[in-house]
Amino acid sequence: MTSATATAPAPQGVVNPHAVGTSLPHQVLLLARRSIRGALSSPAGYMPGIVMPLMLLTINSSAMQRSTSIPGFPADRFLDFIIVITFMQAALFATSSAGLGLVRDIESGFLDRLALTPMRAGALVVAQISGAIVIAMGASLLYVTIGLVTGVDFHAGFLGVLALLGLAAWTALAFATIGAWIALRSGESEALQGIFPLLFASLFLSTLNMPRELIQADWFAAITRVNPVSYMIDGMRSLIITGWVPRMLLEDVLVLVVITAIGVSGCARALRRRMAKA
Amino acid sequence: MSTTFRAARAIAWRHLYKWISVPANFMPTFIFPLIFFTGFAGALGRVGEIPGFDYPANYTTWIFVFSLLQTCLFGGLATGFTIAGDFQSGFARRLMLAVADRNAILYGYMLSTFLRAALMSGIVTGVAFIAGLEMLGSVGEIVGMYLLSLSLSLIGTMWAAGVMFRARDPQLGPAMQIPMFIAIFLAPVYVPLALLSGWLHAVARVNPVSHIMGAGRGLLVGQPDDIGLALVSVAVLFALLAVWAITGVRSAERAGG
Amino acid sequence: MTTSENNGIEVRGLVKQFKKGPKAVDGIDLDVAPGEIYGFLGPNGAGKSTTVNMLVTLLPITAGRATVAGWDVATQGADVRKAIGAALQAVALDNFLTGREHLRLIASLQGITGSRADARATDLLHRVGLEEAADRKVGGYSGGMKRRLDLALALVHEPRVLFLDEPTTGLDPQSRTALWEEVRRLAREDGVTVFLTTQYLEEADVLADRVGIIDRGVIVAEGTPAELKAEIGAPTVEVVPTSDSDRAALPAVLAQFGECLAAAQPGAVAVRLRGGSDRASLVTIVRAIDDGGLKIDEIRQHEPTLDDVFLAKTGRSLEGAGDDEATEGAPGAPGSGSASAATADDRDAEPVA
Ligand SMILES: Nc1ncnc2c1ncn2[C@@H]1O[C@H](COP(=O)(O)OP(=O)(O)OP(=O)(O)O)[C@@H](O)[C@H]1O
Ligand SMILES: [Mg+2]
Repeated sequence: MTSATATAPAPQGVVNPHAVGTSLPHQVLLLARRSIRGALSSPAGYMPGIVMPLMLLTINSSAMQRSTSIPGFPADRFLDFIIVITFMQAALFATSSAGLGLVRDIESGFLDRLALTPMRAGALVVAQISGAIVIAMGASLLYVTIGLVTGVDFHAGFLGVLALLGLAAWTALAFATIGAWIALRSGESEALQGIFPLLFASLFLSTLNMPRELIQADWFAAITRVNPVSYMIDGMRSLIITGWVPRMLLEDVLVLVVITAIGVSGCARALRRRMAKA
Repeated sequence: MSTTFRAARAIAWRHLYKWISVPANFMPTFIFPLIFFTGFAGALGRVGEIPGFDYPANYTTWIFVFSLLQTCLFGGLATGFTIAGDFQSGFARRLMLAVADRNAILYGYMLSTFLRAALMSGIVTGVAFIAGLEMLGSVGEIVGMYLLSLSLSLIGTMWAAGVMFRARDPQLGPAMQIPMFIAIFLAPVYVPLALLSGWLHAVARVNPVSHIMGAGRGLLVGQPDDIGLALVSVAVLFALLAVWAITGVRSAERAGG
Repeated sequence: MTTSENNGIEVRGLVKQFKKGPKAVDGIDLDVAPGEIYGFLGPNGAGKSTTVNMLVTLLPITAGRATVAGWDVATQGADVRKAIGAALQAVALDNFLTGREHLRLIASLQGITGSRADARATDLLHRVGLEEAADRKVGGYSGGMKRRLDLALALVHEPRVLFLDEPTTGLDPQSRTALWEEVRRLAREDGVTVFLTTQYLEEADVLADRVGIIDRGVIVAEGTPAELKAEIGAPTVEVVPTSDSDRAALPAVLAQFGECLAAAQPGAVAVRLRGGSDRASLVTIVRAIDDGGLKIDEIRQHEPTLDDVFLAKTGRSLEGAGDDEATEGAPGAPGSGSASAATADDRDAEPVA
């Protein structure tokens, strides 16, 4: 979390903001490429984000294997059950890469400078979020491959894997908009780091480690019920261990729609306020 | 000796003060242990019912010991970030100039991290009681369990200090965190050693953290078992990491702060 | 041990070779007397900070010997640290503590606690003019305020030897003058020995009792500012003739007063006046020019500065570019003779040793 602070200067030279005449989608493309390059430029920043989940996945899928013998446990292998955590981690990583990327651009004045050019500041926000999603997708593809290699049986079939990747991308989008919102509002990496305990809590106080039916403690079951992350996990997980379960997918999509809507409108408001100040 | 102690106390005071007054320092060390404990204790209750899982108390009690150890160990890692931050801001030079005996800096961080871990252990214990913790051991056994877990805060601090006095850069945080992550998760965290299989069983059997965790769990329920092995593990880790940390201070001295 | 006789600095053959870097300090000798203000002057990268860092025990020395306040920096670091205070080139502060908290922390690290520490903090905050900002976090201080706090931290335990690495860089003129006053007071009243590096000639000139000039890790000149200036000789006189024909004739007239050089000013002719009892005055020179039937627009006498000393010793100007013409004149400066020749020999000899 402390790794990718805003000390490194943003690679501003990559894009000339005065490149007049480019269309809006083209601008976004240019800026997104820049944000991806920026995020990937320091391996110390993202390698732990890839390595740590894989390590914990390896250890925990072995350590918890015995819990599949609990009557009613929905999978034969704990790995199949828990691999969904990697997609969630990728989404959390999108929060930080979109947020920190924007914080850097705010601190370096790049965002303000963009506002004075034909490129729109909004394009930068969209680009940072898209960049974060592309990275999350790359990671998700890696995790699916690892799942296939280690014999995870994707119950929903090939289309199910595509749907899973789609949901993973959308989850990353939802989280990235929240990260961008906080970045635009505060302009500080501290605020962004402050929400990580919260994100972590939402991940751990969910149905991540046990399906809700098998949670003994009522208070904990109640927490998982109000925690939106549970629905994201259950939706993606159902495609892996069960097959097509319309209710779970629907709940997941609903949660994603709501969070994305909150994130996008938050970003729009915060950006307007920031531009009005500038 | 007493000037060294006074200096260490001043370093410790500043560390604790900074911990409380800077939210970015406070939040992770305060929130993460609670999240982990609540998450595991709340979700995994049924794991205690797996055939062959014989522990005299409930699952909350089982996972509580892991949470204590984790709180103590990771508290030391957080201190590593503080040390690295001092080097980055240049403040470490001021400390190196101001103390006659530079080891006092290390001792100070060990002292504050120990006190912080004691406080956090108390808070985790409070939450655990709400979640149904059962303490079956005698007062002496319970105290022993806390001393055992708190020793990990010193061990964690010495490890982290050894890394960061050498690296002097918070960017190298993962290099400091990952080995400790592995060390604690390659122990029988969720189920007893007997229920682990394959490579994990083989590794967990020789992992010193497993012995400490096992002894702590035994003491908590009044069935002290293999305490000797745990004490030897602590002693060996303590000795090795003391050398690691002190040579780390020397390395920072050589580099000129 | 606390007698002032022991407050000096003694350095013999000090060398610092960075592992993946240059030989930043290349065998220097220094003696600073107790209570003296010693100015260490040199261009960027000369080795000033490296020397200071070795003397304050932050950097281990590669070779040679140095004692500070009677203690060996290599083997008695703890004792050295008890005797000295230091404000380094880069301020060493914690942005999350206030100024007063800094002072109290450093005081307690030095074993000063309780009301004594409070009094000391208040006194020092007053002395560096930070009373109003005392209870604000240092992260919000300006660069100059941080520098002043850093200086206060160096003084907390009333050190007998004080090291200041470019203490006035980034200070406004008032703060700079105030700091000079404070340094003088410490040396005169409290008998503190001060080792101060600077890039400002003026600072070394007005503040230092003695000046050492370092270049590329080697001390090229040392002495009181007056001695150093005297060593390179008398002032130069620059004359701007009215016409080109007069310029051609001018050197012949001026040669009787000293040796002619290329002048800093375009179109001028310069002469370095011969020293000693037969040094010519401006009046004498003007009279001689008049007698020669030459017409001049301007005549100006130029007192030697420490920059001239540096120029004479190294062939380069201390105060950066813009003095290129003057540099050309340097080889013609014979006065630099003995001292610089000796150091040049040292420099050749050192890598072998
Ligand atoms: N830690 C280091 N590792 C390698 N080389 C170093 C290190 N510190 C300084 N140097 C080199 O040593 C030489 C002397 O540096 P030093 O900082 O002592 O110069 P200085 O006289 O203080 O210059 P300035 O006026 O710029 O502060 C320089 O060439 C510098 O690059
Ligand atoms: Mg310097």
